[in-house]
Amino acid sequence: MAYSDKVIDHYEHPRNVGALDKEDAAVGTGLVGAPACGDVMKLQIKVSAEGIIEDAKFKTFGCGSAIASSSLVTEWVKGKTLDEAATIKNTDIAHELALPPVKIHCSVLAEDAIKAAIADYKKKSGKDDSAAAE
Amino acid sequence: MTAIGSKTTPTLSRPPGAPVYLDYQATTPCDPRVVEAMLPWFTEKFGNPHSRNHRYGWEAEEAVEKAREQIADIIAADSKEIIFTSGATESNNLALKGVAHFYKEKKDHIITVVTEHKCVLDTCRHLEQEGFSVTYLPVKADGLIDLGELEAAITDRTVIVSVMAVNNEIGVIQPLAEIGALCRRKGAFFHTDCAQAVGKIPLDVNAMNIDLMSISGHKFYGPKGIGALYVRRRPRIRLVPMINGGGQERGMRSGTLPTPLCVGIGEACAIAKAEMAEESERLKGLQHRLLGGLRQRLPEIYVNGDLENRIPGNLNISFAFVEGEGLMMGVKDLAVSSGSACTSASLEPSYVLRALGVDVEMAHTSLRFGLGRFTTSEDIEFAIDHIVEAVEHLRSMSPLWDMHLEGVDLKSIKWAEH
Ligand SMILES: Cc1ncc(COP(=O)(O)O)c(C=O)c1O
Repeated sequence: MAYSDKVIDHYEHPRNVGALDKEDAAVGTGLVGAPACGDVMKLQIKVSAEGIIEDAKFKTFGCGSAIASSSLVTEWVKGKTLDEAATIKNTDIAHELALPPVKIHCSVLAEDAIKAAIADYKKKSGKDDSAAAE
Repeated sequence: MTAIGSKTTPTLSRPPGAPVYLDYQATTPCDPRVVEAMLPWFTEKFGNPHSRNHRYGWEAEEAVEKAREQIADIIAADSKEIIFTSGATESNNLALKGVAHFYKEKKDHIITVVTEHKCVLDTCRHLEQEGFSVTYLPVKADGLIDLGELEAAITDRTVIVSVMAVNNEIGVIQPLAEIGALCRRKGAFFHTDCAQAVGKIPLDVNAMNIDLMSISGHKFYGPKGIGALYVRRRPRIRLVPMINGGGQERGMRSGTLPTPLCVGIGEACAIAKAEMAEESERLKGLQHRLLGGLRQRLPEIYVNGDLENRIPGNLNISFAFVEGEGLMMGVKDLAVSSGSACTSASLEPSYVLRALGVDVEMAHTSLRFGLGRFTTSEDIEFAIDHIVEAVEHLRSMSPLWDMHLEGVDLKSIKWAEH
């Protein structure tokens, strides 16, 4: 399969690979996907006291499109508020990377990863309304 | 012209910047000696081999009959038992449908194996739709069938047993002689898809009790678009043809024979017969070096399929914690195949690896390396470095590798399957 230049660029020069301390109260971690499905993404965000995402890191097991999708979203979420980050749509990711139809699930997974990281942060910092009900 | 069997097997130069070709199970380049033998048959010797009235026809007929003998020779058959086809796909279709249809009044059961090539499995599915019953034998973890299970599956309704000689993904060699003896004893015909076996391992249709054998030219340095079907004459196996017409190939496959392609596959057989033993030794050395080089530098890699009963030109390896397609992108200077789902439209990982009992997780991390006549030891050294670098890089980016290093059992995690 031929990849778009943007996928190749993110694959060859992934942005923000790495990990943040998941015990840190300012850090939210999202782990989505499954090894059996061929892709797992771990996305971490570090949120400032003002509620701005000041850092983001990822690690991904998956194909080039999965790696590129997660790399791209780490770039996109940085500097955004949690609410802004939560509006990132898989279609935006797929469009930006020119993903073919069989790779759309990679962008869906990247959107899920952002949502999961935000939810984890909110839960840890007690800002999650639904956490109280658990 | 380089002589057959001489120490001077030709080399093939690679265009600058082209990846190193390690996908010899997908196809092989034509040996330059094969091309050379074919060329006159396109131009000055263009006659129709079925023209009986002039020299153009006679010389073409002589050429295809010589090729038929060269094919027969490499499998210890008689040239009258060789039918030219367009390739192994057609040969497999003709063998299975032809036999099933001819004998359908008496017998209606077919046995094959879950790891067969799609062209056998799909043909069997079609025969099932026509009312035949098909048994798909499982394989053991090493990729080989259990002879006891085969024996138990054969009934007096079984018309044909179809078991491939060498698997295209994992290179394992089925016990042909034992299967042949069993089929003969039980009164079922034995068909074997030898697309990946001809020119790679010694084959003898009589010693192995093979009744039908499919052959493909482009898997052993012959041209694409030509193959053959061996059909035993004593005792005679009957087929209903799929292609009707002028009655060529003893009525089993009509159509004008493509003289240059016939000459090409014949020449490929002659070269393979003369050079197989030596080539096999050389490839065994390269296979050993590739696996050894990778194992020495990379932990957590696993060979899929039996290593002993395997052609030397194949290695199929799972690189745990890195996904196969991502890895293929990382080894962009190698032309290889992956057993990962992502390379197919289906999103299902290789059915062959799954049939061995390889975890879906591990099936996603596999690459197939195919080595062949023009693979050099420099190619293998380059491949080792390139693969090690890519795997290490991708593992450093893999959350699963981190979890593995932290001692987390990935099976203990409740993953959200999507
Ligand atoms: C085991 C096996 N059988 C059949 C085929 C089909 O051969 P052909 O390309 O000659 O139709 C192949 C090649 O893809 C193969 O590997």
